[in-house]
Amino acid sequence: MTELERHSYDVVVIGAGGAGLRAAIEAREQGKKTAIICKSLFGKAHTVMAEGGCAAAMGNANSNDNWQVHYRDTMRGGKFLNNWRMAELHAQEAPDRVWELETYGALFDRTPDGRISQRNFGGHTYPRLAHVGDRTGLELIRTLQQKIVSLQQEDFEATGDYEANLKVYAECTITELMKDGDAISGAFGYWRESGRFILFDAPAVVLATGGVGKSFKVTSNSWEYTGDGHALAMRAGATLINMEFIQFHPTGMVWPPSVKGILVTESVRGDGGVLKNSEGKRFMFDYVPDVFRAQYADNEEEADRWYKDADNNRRPPELLPRDEVARAINSEVKAGRGTPHGGVFLDVSTRLPAEEITRRLPSMHHQFKELADVDITKEPMEVGPTCHYVMGGVEVDPDTASSTVPGLFAAGEVAGGMHGSNRLGGNSLSDLLVFGRRAGMGAATYVDGLQERPKIDEADVDSAATEALAPFELEGGENPYSIHQDLQQSMNDLVGIIRKEEEMERALGRLAEFRGRIAKMTVEGHRQFNPGWHLALDLRNMLTVSECVAGAALLRQESRGGHTRDDFPEMSPEWRKKLLVCKLDAEGHVNVTEEQQIPMREDLLELFEVDELKKYLTDEELPAK
Amino acid sequence: MSYKGKFRVWRGDSEGGELKDYEVEVNEGEVVLDVIHRLQATQTPDMAVRWNCKAGKCGSCSAEINGMPKLMCMCRMNTFEEDEVVTVTPMRTFPVIRDLVTDVSFNYQKAREVPAFKPPADLKPGEYRMQQVDVERSQEFRKCIECFLCQDTCHVIRDHEENKESFSGPRFLMRVAELDMHPLDAADRQNAAQDQHGLGFCNITKCCTEVCPEHIKITDNALIPMKERVADRKYDPIVWLGNKIRRRPA
Repeated sequence: MTELERHSYDVVVIGAGGAGLRAAIEAREQGKKTAIICKSLFGKAHTVMAEGGCAAAMGNANSNDNWQVHYRDTMRGGKFLNNWRMAELHAQEAPDRVWELETYGALFDRTPDGRISQRNFGGHTYPRLAHVGDRTGLELIRTLQQKIVSLQQEDFEATGDYEANLKVYAECTITELMKDGDAISGAFGYWRESGRFILFDAPAVVLATGGVGKSFKVTSNSWEYTGDGHALAMRAGATLINMEFIQFHPTGMVWPPSVKGILVTESVRGDGGVLKNSEGKRFMFDYVPDVFRAQYADNEEEADRWYKDADNNRRPPELLPRDEVARAINSEVKAGRGTPHGGVFLDVSTRLPAEEITRRLPSMHHQFKELADVDITKEPMEVGPTCHYVMGGVEVDPDTASSTVPGLFAAGEVAGGMHGSNRLGGNSLSDLLVFGRRAGMGAATYVDGLQERPKIDEADVDSAATEALAPFELEGGENPYSIHQDLQQSMNDLVGIIRKEEEMERALGRLAEFRGRIAKMTVEGHRQFNPGWHLALDLRNMLTVSECVAGAALLRQESRGGHTRDDFPEMSPEWRKKLLVCKLDAEGHVNVTEEQQIPMREDLLELFEVDELKKYLTDEELPAK
Repeated sequence: MSYKGKFRVWRGDSEGGELKDYEVEVNEGEVVLDVIHRLQATQTPDMAVRWNCKAGKCGSCSAEINGMPKLMCMCRMNTFEEDEVVTVTPMRTFPVIRDLVTDVSFNYQKAREVPAFKPPADLKPGEYRMQQVDVERSQEFRKCIECFLCQDTCHVIRDHEENKESFSGPRFLMRVAELDMHPLDAADRQNAAQDQHGLGFCNITKCCTEVCPEHIKITDNALIPMKERVADRKYDPIVWLGNKIRRRPA
């Protein structure tokens, strides 16, 4: 029997970003003994990087806003591929989730009458994003972290033990989920610090592990984003959907090389920043797609008037959804109108007074000054697309966040469906809160309904331990760092922002080779805080996720949101009805199959004009009139 | 543009260790963390280092570079001469786990000792009204990314293990100030600042402010005003009299 540390919980939450913390708060408030497990220190998760804000139709900045408008914007942003029930719940519940944060101690920027201020963002009809300058993610994570601490203080009052009902296991990685028959029975992992194994006996697991960006070379994501939750779910028998849709954020830094990919917030554009090519032209006017003509200005004068009078003017095209802007930048650079370092110019210096820039965009000012020697109050930034977000993820029930595996839940970026083929900026932080809470609730309800607690099979524990130590066994194999670099390069080159059949087939061929290389890699040193070993274990997950992305992207013969096919440039209503579902077969290979979308509920369909629906739906799907 | 940089990095664990010399490629525009990563990828795959966002937002990669507490991701290589030896050591105030990684649990313990935000009893969610000027004071402190460099540099605990129990350090004294200045916090925090978090230990040398990567004016805007609030209360004759009367045995 493997020697290890054992713990028993009702609910185990993997991931301590916004979704994980909100899920844990809910599970604990529902009376469940809850563990939070995170790869980094508590409070460092990727949510901290979110800049612009949290979308919620509170109507503070424009009283015309309501959940229906937010719902419509979200569906348009995702090109109608979204799970409509998730989009509905999200739009309805986001305001309550934001207000709740104030009761935890959050301090958002204010309107003149003292309410939460809201800012403009791409794809949102009205100013909708609750924010704190350009560090909203930090506020969100700190607030949730402090709420966790306050719950622990309550438990201390009651029991004398801070960690009686809610404990954070920081710098701890889960490598395998445990099952009893079909149902989840726990999770197996290791302490990063000591390398020692740890086992959680728990009937419910909430995955909140974020995204997959570290499979790509140019990314705004941190090292933690290795698709752990996606891969854990698949190995446990769950399904993933929409994995072909990867969001390339239009504005990442491009220079110097070491910071390539680091995010430049969309708030720069929301607050008036414009995109220009090397000829000094505001090129976005040339890239407004037909489906958005009614909402976006076709000339600079109208676009500029919109900032002052949004009710009587159309929006500037710089604020189109991210997929549109990223493709436009890509085209400009390809056409030879890029900047010296292969991006385009993003200029706010000629649009706002310097003090206004440093007040509204303090961390952008700081980031460019410190990392690129650029003063954004005086000169333009150079920006280009960067891998930012995966729309795809674990297929879940919208109301409970339950996956197809009993006892396994998923929320936040690791869950699929909510954002369809493209996520709107600001909809991520609200997604974390809305579905984090629902996952915590779903897990608690599931645990209450259990007749018997699923048991852990010791043989599974032993094999998880063997698997985790495998990279130490071989000598003379490849080093995980070089395999990782090659994998990132392949995904960037072959399954990037613009895709072709032949390139994706090549990618799948290379991924098959990586499988062999990973099986034979070698890790040096011992188990104590060994980043080489940690990377080796994460690589398996990155590979599985990459196979899903490439496999699904090859099958979907249309262009939509975060999936652009050079060989199929049009959006097809027939394809809108289909989801591509990834599942592992008995040999551990990724299978991708088609599944039909559930048609949108009648009352939700009626929120749109028929003329708009015609752009997305087949004739038989249109409401009968 | 690229050159061979000379690096001296502390390698070891809680048992002990030493500075080791490395020669490693440095390219244009890089920061210290890039070079540490290159060392990992090419020479020392098991070198332990904490990092996350690589953009100065998460506060994970704190270390001491040529003796100065800094974030490795925000320390640019062009601030050094090409032939200069760059020495990277773990934060000194916290126990070493391995190489550049330290045990920062002290900070999480202190965080728990600060009572949480106490919401006003008469307001429901959505009813909070606060003016921008009033939230800005606390917002400055909420910029903190918890890199713990201020805790690392603070001389009260840097070389005085014995003070750790009774001193929360600049980070968490600032947290107390943040809550005290929150327009709607319903708790009283001023006595606790002095009695439980050790505000009196601070003799405003401003070292914390100097190393803060977020440029928060910890001393001027949090610690000194907090000291003044405590002093006002302690030496206010009416409060003094009130305390005397209330404390009289029944």
